[in-house]
Amino acid sequence: MSYSSYIALIPILPLAGFVLLGLFGRKYLKNASGIIGTGLLLVAAVLALYTAYHYFFVDGKVGDQYQSITAFKFTWLSFSDNVSIDMGIVLDPISVMMLVVVTFVSLMVHIFSLGYMKGEERFSTYYAFLGLFTFSMLGLVVSGNLFQVYMFWELVGVSSYLLIGYYYDKPSAVAASKKAFIVTRFADLGFLIGILVLAYYGGTLDIGTLIQKLTQQQSAEFLAISTASLFGVSALSWGLCLVFMGGAGKSAMFPLHIWLPDAMEGPTPVSALIHAATMVVAGVYLVARLFPLFTLTQASLTVVTYVGLVSALIAAVIACTQTDIKRVLAYSTMSQIGYMMFALGVSGYGGENGLGYTASMFHLFTHAFFKSLLFLCAGAVIHLVHSNEMKDMGGLRKFMPVTNICFLIACLAIAGVPPLAGFFSKEEILLAAYNSNKLVYGEALFTSGLTAFYMFRLYFSIFWNKQKDFHHHNDHGEGTMSMKIPLIILALCSAGAGFIHFGEFVSSDGKALESQFDPVFSAAPVLFGLAGIMLAWVMYKRETDKPQKVAASLGGLYRAAYHKFYIDEVYLFFTKKIIFNLIGRPAAWIDRNVVDGLVNASANITADISAMIKGLQSGKVQAYALYFFGGIVTLAVVFLYWWK
Amino acid sequence: MLNDFLILMKQELLVTVIIFLLLFKKVSGREWSNVSLMNFVNVLLVINLVSGFFMQQTGTLFGDMFRSSELLSFEKNLLSLGTLIISLQSYNWLKDHKHVAEFYMLLLSTLLGMFFMLSSNNLLMFYLGLELSTIPLAALANFDLDKKKSSEAAFKMIISSAFSSGLLLFGISLLYGTTGTLSFGEIPAHISGTPLQVFSFILLFAGFGFKISAVPFHLWTADVYEGAPVAVTSYLSVISKGAILFVMVSVLYNVFTPLSGTWYNMVFLISLLTIITGNLFALRQENIKRFLAFSSIAQVGFILIGISGQSVDGTASVIYFVLIYIFSNLAAFGVVNLVSALTGKENIDDYRAFYKTNPLLSWVLAIALFSLAGVPPTAGFFGKFFLFLAGAAKGNYLFIAIAALNMIISFYYYLRIIKAMFMDANDRPIPKLETSFSPKASLFICVAGIVVTGLASGGYAYIHSLLK
Repeated sequence: MSYSSYIALIPILPLAGFVLLGLFGRKYLKNASGIIGTGLLLVAAVLALYTAYHYFFVDGKVGDQYQSITAFKFTWLSFSDNVSIDMGIVLDPISVMMLVVVTFVSLMVHIFSLGYMKGEERFSTYYAFLGLFTFSMLGLVVSGNLFQVYMFWELVGVSSYLLIGYYYDKPSAVAASKKAFIVTRFADLGFLIGILVLAYYGGTLDIGTLIQKLTQQQSAEFLAISTASLFGVSALSWGLCLVFMGGAGKSAMFPLHIWLPDAMEGPTPVSALIHAATMVVAGVYLVARLFPLFTLTQASLTVVTYVGLVSALIAAVIACTQTDIKRVLAYSTMSQIGYMMFALGVSGYGGENGLGYTASMFHLFTHAFFKSLLFLCAGAVIHLVHSNEMKDMGGLRKFMPVTNICFLIACLAIAGVPPLAGFFSKEEILLAAYNSNKLVYGEALFTSGLTAFYMFRLYFSIFWNKQKDFHHHNDHGEGTMSMKIPLIILALCSAGAGFIHFGEFVSSDGKALESQFDPVFSAAPVLFGLAGIMLAWVMYKRETDKPQKVAASLGGLYRAAYHKFYIDEVYLFFTKKIIFNLIGRPAAWIDRNVVDGLVNASANITADISAMIKGLQSGKVQAYALYFFGGIVTLAVVFLYWWK
Repeated sequence: MLNDFLILMKQELLVTVIIFLLLFKKVSGREWSNVSLMNFVNVLLVINLVSGFFMQQTGTLFGDMFRSSELLSFEKNLLSLGTLIISLQSYNWLKDHKHVAEFYMLLLSTLLGMFFMLSSNNLLMFYLGLELSTIPLAALANFDLDKKKSSEAAFKMIISSAFSSGLLLFGISLLYGTTGTLSFGEIPAHISGTPLQVFSFILLFAGFGFKISAVPFHLWTADVYEGAPVAVTSYLSVISKGAILFVMVSVLYNVFTPLSGTWYNMVFLISLLTIITGNLFALRQENIKRFLAFSSIAQVGFILIGISGQSVDGTASVIYFVLIYIFSNLAAFGVVNLVSALTGKENIDDYRAFYKTNPLLSWVLAIALFSLAGVPPTAGFFGKFFLFLAGAAKGNYLFIAIAALNMIISFYYYLRIIKAMFMDANDRPIPKLETSFSPKASLFICVAGIVVTGLASGGYAYIHSLLK
């Protein structure tokens, strides 16, 4: 079966779900909406798996290299022979992998929501939005054209806005969705300019052609883009850094991460979908997609590395101090995405040098499973306790055995304990970092210790510690089967996904990459991880006053981390004090006095002109004729004597 | 022989419809109600439009006086489509009118005139077509028979057109005098750029300028647009202008090629004058009909930018824009026509809180205005985009920049109406309007046109392919 016969169905099925449920859901399909949405996605997920099988094992490989296949394409708008906006589906190792990840995680979230969102007033709207989001995300990952990427990128932003603001009667949810939208929009501005810079010099919007043109060192396009410069930085670096800015916004990289913790106001399964496995990794995916271009300039790779590294560390530190379980997970996501970013940043192109690239994609793949599992477990916990705060939880292992085990597996996976999935991918990242930059390696190692600590802090506080007096509703207990099944499936994936020989399928140049497993090397990260777990065990296994003591002894650092290093406040200071006072107020003054004045003046002038013409139009057609003739004479004088 | 008939087929069809109208009422021998007559004509117009797509014979006739090509057929189909839309929109206005058959006879005669004008390959033929398309229009402007303003409009129109035609003829005779031929094919070889030829060109250009109401030849527009019935105003500002623009592009590009330097400057100058004046006028109109009329003057200025491109892209962008302009402007006129016919309200202030009572119509008007303003992703955006692209190819960026600035100014006045409809409060909004099938169908066609041309790029590519 050729791709073209079914591939378009993968994104179209969720879209159909959106249209169907959006139009008829509330009136006619109220209770069936969940089943319909889930069913459509199930088909899409099966098709995606089949595509992956077909691509990786049947016809993706030519020689020893995976090829990029254009499965489907049509021209939407053509500007010239070279520049056109195409819509299409491009299959290559990473897009196929993303197809599987997105449809699979989305399917799990769909199933989980059947129980979690049951009885919601806008149940069908919720599923319609999920469908729209899945469609946009799928459209994004299969794009072969920069403009298609941008369009779906924005669509992802819009649909996540709708999902985060799903509880629209809750002011904090509305504020959060607005914040997420505005911050990412701001980043997208950079993205758009970056696209235009690349397309201008490359003369095409097609990613494949662009890469092909620019990676030839002698090509006219490459010379043009690398010699043109602004402030001493080449146009290529500018373009890539601006594109990366868009990616950093979506992926919540420092300093554009401020929207992510607030976005936890949305329904928890939504966070599992958007903030664990799909939208937030779009930035990583984007860098990976344009990776051959990034390797052309060291400057842009350095930016990627350090932004990723700083994000990973800061987020891990903040995560240690947060008390809202979803916010801990949000910062943990940010930290893990930081890992993926700097793994790309330290990577080179081709062969052994491309280890970082493979590692980054591998981590993206495994992270999707354990992080969405963590979010879904958190959802199950919140479902039971009706609170997001750690202090309201404790001793839950007796009430929710399945969730307990699943959460533990996910925690072990993210902490990098062998042989769970996170161990393998993190290990590869650390190896790539070690090979390229010892400083990056050291920091990454420290962060992995922190990761283990805060994850187990979370785990012990929720499931061990002292049982709290929460309003326990025995009526739904641990949740319905539809909530447990996705947890179990994801737990199995989190446990087993690491055994895939990822390097064989995904590498920077499409050729298989041998994974180098070295027990000696992996001893250090594992030890760091175990140390973090032990520390958490000591501090949070039982209720003690140790955490308070530690917090007190850390003093300022703890407070700073607790307040997320005051980054939100810095933004507020900038927007409120500086932008409003220094730019907003003068702009308002200019608007009132100069612009309004000009508009009024133009209105007055118009009034005068029209009064003049009114005067001439007193029913005298002769006057018209006069002006008509006057026009001809003027034109004749101008063009015969003056402006030949 | 059969081939000759096919070349003329579009015109023949139209003549048939006119003759049919003239005789039918008498011959059928029974009283026809206005509504059934209108429905009948609308069906004929649909047949005329649809069959137009099938008979696209290329060739010349009458000793090279008349030509037909795929492109011309396409242009004629556009005009037929616009006429059909206007006919559908006139429903509420015409259903109590005493002279429905005459209205259609005059309307279709002007359309026939435009067809001949488009197909002309000779200045004489062109002139005949032009007059045939103008004189019945003056009669149509007078069609609100009991309104004094309507008669005034008709009177002013016929006098002004006579004047402009006189000068146009003068230009034609000067051109004949210096080149010795009237055929479009032969004139270019004889143009050497002598002052007399330039002057004759200016006269011809002024004639075109008058018809498309380019500044400073636009003065008649204000009175005529205001006085004439809404249907006639929309016909004048969309169909009639569209036809002239098609001919103008072809004449400027193919006949006055040797003078291209001169006419580029002239188009550039007139374009800026027209955009700025049109904008300044539209900015302060309170009457929505006058507002649309003036904003359409500014739109013509933008079309002139495309013409100034002097390339295949120029022609394609003009035709593409006219296509979009037909949909957008007629959608706006359609709503205005409906409100005016059913409630008599024509002021922008009356449209406050229109959304509360008529959400669907508000959306139609809003989409139309967005498209006219050129807000992406409506069709109007792409239309203006291609016009600017064609104009920018000449490298006169200052010109394009000023025009783009004016486009932004125009956002202001289009959005003013949208604001009134959606955001302002009103104690006595326009009541919920009950519409009949025909106006609804016309609005549906328009909105579908705006949306489809905006989202699918095939249109522009198709027009481009016709030009090769």
